[in-house]
Amino acid sequence: MSKDAQKTPYNPPALEFKSSTFSVPVLVIASNDLIIIEQQLQAKVLLAPEFFKNSPLVLDVQELNKQSVDVDIVAVIEVIRKLGLLPIGIRGGNAQQNEQAITLGIPLHSIHTSSTTIDAKKPKTPTPEPETKDLLQTGTTVITHPIRSGQRVYAAGDLVIIAQVSAGTEILAEGNIHVYGTLRGRALAGVQGNTEARIFCSDLQAELISIAGNYKISEDLNQNIRNTPVQIYLDKQTLVIKEI
Amino acid sequence: MARIIVVTSGKGGVGKTTTSAAIAMGLAKKGHKTAVIDFDVGLRNLDLIMGCERRVVYDFINVINGEASLNQALIKDKNCNLLYILAASQTRDKDALSQEGVGKVLDDLSKDFKYIICDSPAGIERGAHLAMYFADDAFVVTNPEVSSVRDSDRMLGILSSKSRRAEQNKEPIKEYLLLTRYSPERVKLGEMLSVDDVQEILSLHLLGVIPESKSVLNASNSGIPVILDEKSDAGQAYADIVARYLGENKPHRFIDDKKGFFGKLFGGK
Ligand SMILES: Nc1ncnc2c1ncn2[C@@H]1O[C@H](COP(=O)(O)OP(=O)(O)OP(=O)(O)O)[C@@H](O)[C@H]1O
Ligand SMILES: [Mg+2]
Repeated sequence: MSKDAQKTPYNPPALEFKSSTFSVPVLVIASNDLIIIEQQLQAKVLLAPEFFKNSPLVLDVQELNKQSVDVDIVAVIEVIRKLGLLPIGIRGGNAQQNEQAITLGIPLHSIHTSSTTIDAKKPKTPTPEPETKDLLQTGTTVITHPIRSGQRVYAAGDLVIIAQVSAGTEILAEGNIHVYGTLRGRALAGVQGNTEARIFCSDLQAELISIAGNYKISEDLNQNIRNTPVQIYLDKQTLVIKEI
Repeated sequence: MARIIVVTSGKGGVGKTTTSAAIAMGLAKKGHKTAVIDFDVGLRNLDLIMGCERRVVYDFINVINGEASLNQALIKDKNCNLLYILAASQTRDKDALSQEGVGKVLDDLSKDFKYIICDSPAGIERGAHLAMYFADDAFVVTNPEVSSVRDSDRMLGILSSKSRRAEQNKEPIKEYLLLTRYSPERVKLGEMLSVDDVQEILSLHLLGVIPESKSVLNASNSGIPVILDEKSDAGQAYADIVARYLGENKPHRFIDDKKGFFGKLFGGK
């Protein structure tokens, strides 16, 4: 550092644009029944209240539009906000829905660059379903330090923790969860609905385990699988816990 | 440059102030110039335990606000001339502590002292946060019971993510476990967690175990840190801790049921 630099007045820029990628949960709705949406969303929020509190979220209505089911975007957004979530985008909407979203100050997100608007041309080469593609593309998050009470971890892909996970924690992954240590907190795999996701841990003492929203709490865990290395997976909506 | 040690716990009343006073005295007695700071604004009691409450003129907040210099506010300990106390204000409210102000005081102290001990208030609010923010080492004081262990775990999470070292991506704070008010008899009866239980939950380096001891109350009543009571078990436990912290190899004591000859003879194993 030269001292001369201090002589000339220096005005640092007050702002700067940076490009950044965020991982944001996407809420795909498959019904236009507001009551059902509210009930089911509420149930999800209760599973991981700390995680969902003020969490940003993108609303995906592509499924409904594919089936030509009309949905009241304004009302859905209201439900989402009521449950403490902050919608920051909509995707897969039709022209009218997009307009409503913009009026509410909610930006439009595209699934593929070309598929947001209804009359978009089909991509020339067949591409896999967007959701699967996302899962394949996101990598593995590896954490080597203990997760302490009150902490929360979210991984867009697989989550590998090579340390203990304390009681009073929440670890969430869109893919699989591996804990090479004692798992005492809440572990939720496949949080975006991937029913193939699994949880592996070397010592199960969890407060709650969940795969794609199917969960068991500590009380429901069989005594003989506690304190043992296990894998947990879904077999037709039922959580299976097996010693490994 | 000084080494900054925070004595913290999350849960209240587990022995942070007792520990701060003992450790500070222990380090000073070993020849290191040491300052101990009370971060418990509004509830000061470090000065009582150090027996200097009648000599407090200026406090930590006065220094932060520029109403007194550090030299005016530092109180020299009556038992050891390498030990200085910076008392908390009894009258101000907690908002008087600012991160910038605390940082400045610690920086100034660092020039002159070898160790700075920060006695944290309970909880995870502002005072506790500022006490640990600048730390190099953390002494996590835990009692052998579930709620204390859980709070310590929470504090460890905060230490690893919300400290200056974490924010600046430096080497993390070194964390040590101090298990206090330990009673082997009660562990045996199943009324308390054992050292192993606590270690298993926290997986943390154990610096020492301080037994539940009447000598602690006696010491605080007479305003002399318990470490100066060299005959007492708690005093010896704290002396061991200081020695271990400074790199000496001391086997752990006060963990097992200290039965006498007859106890050993008739009490099974
Ligand atoms: N080893 C011990 N044996 C017996 N009593 C102890 C021991 N350690 C601490 N105590 C007692 O526990 C009480 C609380 O101790 P202390 O004030 O050091 O805790 P603290 O963690 O600083 O509390 P606070 O959270 O209120 O600041 C005091 O009455 C003290 O005498
Ligand atoms: Mg105290």
